[in-house]
Amino acid sequence: MSDIKKTTPKKGAPKKPKTPRTAMPEQPPMVRAANFLEVTLGYTGELAALEASRCLQCKTPLCRKGCPVEIDIPGFIGKLKAGDRDGAYQVLRQTNSLPAVCGRVCPQEVQCEGSCILGKKGEPVAIGRLERYVADSFAAENGCMQLTGERTCALPREIKVACIGSGPSSLTVAGYLSALGVKVTVFEALHELGGVLIYGIPEFRLPKDVVRREIEAMSALGVEFKTNWVGGKTILVQELLDQGYDAVFIGVGAGLPRFMDIPGESLIGVYSANEYLTRVNLGRAYAFPDYDTPVIRGKKVAVVGGGNVAMDSARTALRLGADQVTIVYRRTKGEMPARHEELEHALEEGVKLEILANPLRYNGDKERRLVSVTLERQKLGEPDASGRRSPQPTGETFDLPIDTAIIAIGTRPNPILLEATPELKLSKRGYIEVDPESGETAIPGVYAGGDIVTGAATVISAMGAGRRAARSIIRKLVGEDAVQ
Amino acid sequence: MPYRILKRKDLIPGQTILMVVDAPMIASKSRPGNFVILRVSDKGERIPLTIADADAAAGTITIVFLVVGKTTAHLATLREGEDILDVCGPLGRPTHIEKSGPVICVGGGTGIAAMHHIAKGHHQAGNRVVAVIGARNKDLLLFCDELGSFCPEVLIATDDGSRGHKGFVTELLKSRLEEDKEIAEVVAVGPVPMMEAVAKVTLPFGVKTTVSLNSIMVDGIGMCGACRCTVGGKVRFACVDGPEFDGHAVDFQELKMRLGQFRTEEKISLEKFRGQS
Repeated sequence: MSDIKKTTPKKGAPKKPKTPRTAMPEQPPMVRAANFLEVTLGYTGELAALEASRCLQCKTPLCRKGCPVEIDIPGFIGKLKAGDRDGAYQVLRQTNSLPAVCGRVCPQEVQCEGSCILGKKGEPVAIGRLERYVADSFAAENGCMQLTGERTCALPREIKVACIGSGPSSLTVAGYLSALGVKVTVFEALHELGGVLIYGIPEFRLPKDVVRREIEAMSALGVEFKTNWVGGKTILVQELLDQGYDAVFIGVGAGLPRFMDIPGESLIGVYSANEYLTRVNLGRAYAFPDYDTPVIRGKKVAVVGGGNVAMDSARTALRLGADQVTIVYRRTKGEMPARHEELEHALEEGVKLEILANPLRYNGDKERRLVSVTLERQKLGEPDASGRRSPQPTGETFDLPIDTAIIAIGTRPNPILLEATPELKLSKRGYIEVDPESGETAIPGVYAGGDIVTGAATVISAMGAGRRAARSIIRKLVGEDAVQ
Repeated sequence: MPYRILKRKDLIPGQTILMVVDAPMIASKSRPGNFVILRVSDKGERIPLTIADADAAAGTITIVFLVVGKTTAHLATLREGEDILDVCGPLGRPTHIEKSGPVICVGGGTGIAAMHHIAKGHHQAGNRVVAVIGARNKDLLLFCDELGSFCPEVLIATDDGSRGHKGFVTELLKSRLEEDKEIAEVVAVGPVPMMEAVAKVTLPFGVKTTVSLNSIMVDGIGMCGACRCTVGGKVRFACVDGPEFDGHAVDFQELKMRLGQFRTEEKISLEKFRGQS
């Protein structure tokens, strides 16, 4: 608690008037539940200034410690307070290659905002909303020509780094290294860049234009992007090293969807969340038949799981015209791992919760189409390894009539790159083992980060791993004092 | 990097088309049994196609496709010198090929093209390959000459008897298995009912039987599970665990149902495309 004392403003300083946390404008629930446009609309300049004025500018900021990429939060809010939006943007970009993305999808309540001193008694500063405002308004005026031409250190020779995958961890490596003058090539397996930001997170939560904008900014910095290159199939890690890349970063994501191994999971109408979201997000199935990729537009939908992916799936199903969407979760609302804002938004839009329930089997008709799911009532027992009270079956079962089920219970490691690269050391769970400080794998010069190391986690933790790897790559190749 | 169509040939006019595509990275890695995912237009769907041949030196892959839906209908409009928007691969596990003894490779319809690549692999590994191919009539038979160039025997069945045996490939297969006890493996690529029938024929002989599943896929790289199928009671992903599986363990009924899940949407897409072009 000594930290908190240090950060309290000096005694005798005039007390600030208590301004409540500034709400962010958003589409009304019943309007947005019928469209794929972004739900939250972002602060205006006035709202951002008002919210920035709440920041105490702590000398030892706890918020910064709560941020996986250590953004200088008081620094950027301070600039904003002083009316220097461009300066605020420069501060953000020092440590964050994707501020417009993070401002939208980070779980701020357990990171920066969760550590904000104002949150001890009242509501924390809306750091994520301010970050988004700075990134969006800067980009609106400056387009993708942001931050070009700045080199923070002169490299002694040309350095080439390859990133496999173009999700948040790879983009962070690319953004960070290219700003230092490193020649970065990003290899993406799909036809579109951005990884989970494109195929996973829906348009209404993270517009694809925002992702595209961040990627264009990196192209402007000289990052080369290649699509349709599958790491482990089209190109091997060793080939990249042989081709003269000084380092390789593996950020291929976790990938493979988990199923529960219960009867009926292959019935027509049962989707993994990955399939459902990829069809809708990457394939734009919401615009079928203008776009070719189809998806079944269920009327009665159950989504199994309590994380962000479950929320995204449920809200997507509503937008595709479902009459009834139920999130089936085996614990209670309090244990759900989803971002608070996503759960609240889902409930506002009309998503129902069926808590303390777990699927036993999916039931189909004679054409193997899904007609219902049999659920078993759970009760909460002792806390498990995750610290959450674990669900216990009660034996009581009931049927929920549905025509679509979306299984969002997590992922397991994608085997493609791992099998093609047997020199990598894997953990017991099958993910890549890395040095926790440097992110280096068992193969010298080869780094990894994001979900393929940790298992399914957040965008920002993948970015944190990307930042650590980028820093150790540059230190190893250029020298200890090359970066701060 | 453009995926340019270097050669295009209508094997069966308006129906089955062969394309040789410039794709050096894919060609250099491609092995029998692999497939690619391709996309023809910006608003297009990703579809899997088996690689029917690859030439690493020339940097090309060969695809053979039947016009069945919007994407293949669109692909069929492309001419030599034009580009395919996206081609991704080589995907899937390659066919397990080792020197094991005589192999019977059964192909039906467009599947003959993919089977040809596998047969060639077995031939190169030193296995004697008996090819058994079938179609409705003689004009619909593919790759006869190519197969004849390395297979000591090419057995042909047509539904109407216009060439070879009048009847099904499974009848030729059965009599061959009865005569030839040396057969180490049967490989079948073609329509699901044909592969199912082949597996049924080989089961009493206890011959290892490999089938190549053409499940619906989205990404083709293990991310979505659209291609999941039940093999030996276990859920497997055709894209990363397959596409080839033990024919005696595959749940063909489920595969057929899952292949039909978007029939309505496929029809809407194709009709819309035909209306525009």
